[in-house]
Amino acid sequence: MKHKNELLNKIKENFDANQKKVSHRIVICAGTGCIASGSMEVFEEFKKQIAAANLNLVVDLNEEAAHDNDNIHLSGSGCQGFCAMGPLVNLVDQKILYVKVKPEDVAEIIRETILKNEVIDRLIYEHPVTGEHCKGQEDIPFYNRQTRIVLEECGIIDPESIEEYIAEGGYSGAYRSFTELTPEQNCQIVEDAGLRGRGGGGFPTGKKWKFALSETNEKKYIICNGDEGDPGAFMDRSLMEGNPHRVVEGMMIAARAIGADEAYVYVRLEYPLAVDRMIEAIADAEKIGVLGDNVLGTGKKLKMHVMEGAGAFVCGEETALISSIEGKRGMPTPKPPFPAKSGLWGKPTIINNVETLATVPLILRNSVSWYKEHGTGTSTGTKTFALTGHVANTGLIEVPFGTTLREIVYNIGGGVTDDAGNVTNDGFKAVQIGGPSGGCLTEAELDMPLDYEHLAGVGAMVGSGGLVVMNKQSCMVQIARFFMEFTQNESCGKCVPCREGTKQLLGMLDDIIAGEGTMKTLEMLEETGEVVKIASLCGLGKTAPSPVLSTINLFRDEYLAHIVDKSCPTNNCKSLANITISEENCIGCTACARKCPVGAITGNKKELHFIDASICTKCGICDSVCKFNAIIGF
Amino acid sequence: MNNKDIITIDGVEYAIEGERNVLEIIRKADIELPTFCYHSELSVYGACRLCMVEINGSQIQASCSTPPEAGMNIKTTTQQIRKIRKVNLELLLANHDISCPSCVRSNNCKLQDLSRRLGVDEKRFKKTDKIQRIDDHSPSIVYDANKCVLCGDCIRTCKEIQSVGAIDFANRGADTVVSAAFRKSLADVECVYCGQCVSVCPVGALTPKPETNEVWEALNDPTKTVVAQVAPAVRVAIGEGFGQEPGESSMGQVVSALKKLGFDQVYDTSFAADLTVLEEATEFIDRKLNGGILPMFTSCCPSWVKFVEQYYTDLIPNLSSCKSPQQMLGSVAKEILPEVLNVDKKDLVVVSIMPCTAKKFEAKRDEFVEDGIQEVDHVLTTEGLGRMIDEAGIKFTKLTPQSLDHPLGFKTGAGILFGGTGGVTEAVLRFAYEKITGQKLLNKDFKMVRGTDGIRKAILEIGEITLKIAMVHSLSKAREMCKAIISGEADFDFVEVMACPGGCIAGGGQPISFDPDFKKKRQEGIYRADTMLQLHKAQDNPYVKGLYESHLSEPGSDAAHHLLHTHYHGRKRVVDMGIKVKESEHPKINISVCVGTNCFIKGSQDILKEMMDYVVEQQIEDFVSFDEQQEIIDVSATFCYEKCETAPVVSINNQKIERATIEKVKETLHQQLAKVHGVL
Repeated sequence: MKHKNELLNKIKENFDANQKKVSHRIVICAGTGCIASGSMEVFEEFKKQIAAANLNLVVDLNEEAAHDNDNIHLSGSGCQGFCAMGPLVNLVDQKILYVKVKPEDVAEIIRETILKNEVIDRLIYEHPVTGEHCKGQEDIPFYNRQTRIVLEECGIIDPESIEEYIAEGGYSGAYRSFTELTPEQNCQIVEDAGLRGRGGGGFPTGKKWKFALSETNEKKYIICNGDEGDPGAFMDRSLMEGNPHRVVEGMMIAARAIGADEAYVYVRLEYPLAVDRMIEAIADAEKIGVLGDNVLGTGKKLKMHVMEGAGAFVCGEETALISSIEGKRGMPTPKPPFPAKSGLWGKPTIINNVETLATVPLILRNSVSWYKEHGTGTSTGTKTFALTGHVANTGLIEVPFGTTLREIVYNIGGGVTDDAGNVTNDGFKAVQIGGPSGGCLTEAELDMPLDYEHLAGVGAMVGSGGLVVMNKQSCMVQIARFFMEFTQNESCGKCVPCREGTKQLLGMLDDIIAGEGTMKTLEMLEETGEVVKIASLCGLGKTAPSPVLSTINLFRDEYLAHIVDKSCPTNNCKSLANITISEENCIGCTACARKCPVGAITGNKKELHFIDASICTKCGICDSVCKFNAIIGF
Repeated sequence: MNNKDIITIDGVEYAIEGERNVLEIIRKADIELPTFCYHSELSVYGACRLCMVEINGSQIQASCSTPPEAGMNIKTTTQQIRKIRKVNLELLLANHDISCPSCVRSNNCKLQDLSRRLGVDEKRFKKTDKIQRIDDHSPSIVYDANKCVLCGDCIRTCKEIQSVGAIDFANRGADTVVSAAFRKSLADVECVYCGQCVSVCPVGALTPKPETNEVWEALNDPTKTVVAQVAPAVRVAIGEGFGQEPGESSMGQVVSALKKLGFDQVYDTSFAADLTVLEEATEFIDRKLNGGILPMFTSCCPSWVKFVEQYYTDLIPNLSSCKSPQQMLGSVAKEILPEVLNVDKKDLVVVSIMPCTAKKFEAKRDEFVEDGIQEVDHVLTTEGLGRMIDEAGIKFTKLTPQSLDHPLGFKTGAGILFGGTGGVTEAVLRFAYEKITGQKLLNKDFKMVRGTDGIRKAILEIGEITLKIAMVHSLSKAREMCKAIISGEADFDFVEVMACPGGCIAGGGQPISFDPDFKKKRQEGIYRADTMLQLHKAQDNPYVKGLYESHLSEPGSDAAHHLLHTHYHGRKRVVDMGIKVKESEHPKINISVCVGTNCFIKGSQDILKEMMDYVVEQQIEDFVSFDEQQEIIDVSATFCYEKCETAPVVSINNQKIERATIEKVKETLHQQLAKVHGVL
């Protein structure tokens, strides 16, 4: 047993020794957002320019024979979170973060910053409101107001290097779990830490493990649920891409806790990089004896597989996910039996979300009390959120439970933006939290601590962690429709309330948006929504009406405006638009009247034109041909 | 009663007595909680969400998937539950082709019944149903997706009870439909037409293929003489459609009704069942005593026969060569009735009334069609006849019973037994006993073969012979049996198989019953009918004896073989899966080369390639073209003609060339070209 622990130490020592020979470390974000904005070109340019400057380049600290000193370690990382500012280049030793870096900036970075230690002012982050220039991550509010423990290594370490992970203390939690602790103790520690499922439900993880542990069966399974499907959410993706070994380590501990010798990572098909990284991480871990027939020298077996998802949102539901792994149609089955009793191929199975599993090693590496320092009494630890929408700093963030929405939106997020992208002081309207399963929070909730209980109290949920900020120009009926269309498309079609109910709900929202809604429609929306919520078979259906019910609850006036006044207060619903011609701007050029396909516009040359609302189909052609901004209402 | 085992339902306490779920206890409490997707013999599906109940004052759960726990307090009709149930039903109706007046399941439809019960009296939801294609290509079953409520009962029955799995869900969400693989018709897949899907369908989505119009037409054609044969299981079920109890025999009323409808003669399929007993038992004794292939399988059930042809081609020789009673009666009728009734054979129409949807398929099998004339012209299901009686306005229950016509209407109890599981075996034993021992059988009942277990086994000593027999019903059990026979685990002399659980009494063409005990009651009806007859042994049937004297000489004779026996063929081949390698504009000739494993090994790929080249290089298209150059030859690669022993096999316009060589293929091609040329 000692031998293998020595192996971990040996790898760490070797890596640390090589690291000492490094004078500069350059970490380039290779998360999806940054790759899309060109970070790989920047990476290549760095390689070229380092060579051109005759500096010593190191890409792999473990294998390459490094020079004795002055090495420059260049590596790619998983998502660093600050996606709006990509490509990101982090000069770790100098504590400088360059944002929106282009290949043509690279030579200058080497010349000025690496060689002369000068900060290039135009490449550092400028606060959109204060105009302050921030040199490194610790100076930027987006970073320094977060608590990154789950994402800590993500964005720094090389996700394809098991050695670096081990050097950072990786797999020591798993080692402790397999050698020092009994399965019961593993469960108990996680339960004591108060860790709750991050996939949406928030069930206590240790308690769930205990169910499976108490089952007597020689075969048990651990499944890591990486079928992240909420629109706009990418927490799990970032973890699997940025720190896959943390996920593997979490699965090891879970397997040890329930007595499983086989595990699956179910990764969403549309995440090819995450699939590759997980496959590679498992292969590397097997190669050095962290996984396999003799886990860390303990004589225990643990085999891991990666299973690519079936391309359906519903496969994130645990029973549907199990069906999918079994090769069946991804449809949920009634619970009971719960998977902990009869799951994959009828064996006791525990399914945990990626983020949950990535949190587990931290608890074992540190302590229960350390973990409980973060968060609130019933919601311990931190939560990652994908911050998107009308907010200055979009990206991936991690905050302790109990953080207020105001902190997230205004400090970390840098404030609400208008449709043109400028930060405005009074633009906040609402936040949609929890994706298509979640609900809305308004100004009234800005100072409410975000945790499981408070969110449930206002009809919302943590969900998987999507946070969409909406400004005052957003139409809440449209928002509800957006999410309803998503769930309606993704319903598996099995149970009646979800299959038929979501279709009806969507149809009713369409009616309202088209100006055909009546008070009866609103009544039916609520009644049907309630039934779908209570009667659906699985979580997808049970939460599908949440965006509708939540917006009706919070923005009833807006619904009434659509229904009674036949107008959209934010002017987003075209069918309800009241199109008129501005007396001031119209010069009577007749362009609109000539182009109107239904002949709704009349007026003589050089005179003010009129639109007959009873004929107008609101197609918008008049607006597109008017050169004088005279058409009002679109 | 121990306090621990009590559950409260709507304020009344009930004991938990091994029920698997709360719904079973609620039903035990005589509360008819609505469900679409719950069937006690199928796996729990939990999709219709109609059986939701309130548990312990707060939770609302589907009772079908909630295990009972002591102390549970269940409420089944709270305001909230009422609302859920009603909205659910309204949602289903919004996506349902509501054509009740023209639906065959009208008055026997769960959706209709529940709408009435739950008081759905206004349309609050917009209609969302889209018009979908109706699959009526199969000879037996019609699937109308527009009426489907997607409860999945048919799918689970096909998979779990019959182990066929011909259908499953396709597409997702609102586009979900029940479908055969690749959206094919039931006519082109492994469906065995047993109709068990029809029996469990709560609405009119799956129905027996109607043939009533054809029958009406024949009845109203003065040149035709129309005779009917009525299967044993029909008489104990048809009355249910007219308010009678399951199992109540109404053969006399059936005869009267058929006569009123215009049938000239009414016969009993049980007569042919008696004939089957003699032929099948003779074949069996011969196999047993002379080292023939055992176990011998019964062959009365067309679904079972197709099942063997599809999945267990190695066991085809085990099937008895006897035709089923339906086909025996058909072939005997077409043979002797023209003389007896003094009609032309072409003007004689044989209509059978069957509890079965697969019998429609059986009647159309090539083996039972001669010169374009079917032995049995039309097959009505029990419910189909019921509808004809309804249409004619005949008050079924008020009919004066009439007796059957001779010679094909006289039967013994043995023939009646064919209607239920174990019946064929018992009937055969009543004959075999006397045949083997030469002694008179005193107690007609072989109770050891009766019962409801899916597989029942018995060992009998008859004279000096020990007989090991098995009675199997449902095809999943039949599959178990086949596997055990192939592995050598099972050792039987005689195996009776009926595809439908319970046998023909619960066939796919019977009236849909919501009585939980309907199978038991119908089976009892069969045994009662046997008891009430004067004769119980097929060999005692004087008219059967007469038929042998006049036409067939003795059981197993050449004449009997010609008229009463048949053969089977493998169906492993995927019929319409050819891959067109060369497609022509005006196909007149199709060259299909088998590229299955055996043919491939024997060089079919080369033949395929050479023929492609030959057709193109020799410009054979020109050879027959007229005004302009027409492409007329298709070449396709296909799979297994099941003639592997004579591989490679090539087919040109359905003319099979076995042990094909390129020369043989060219020769046949030119013959076919000449034919086409002649026609052109």
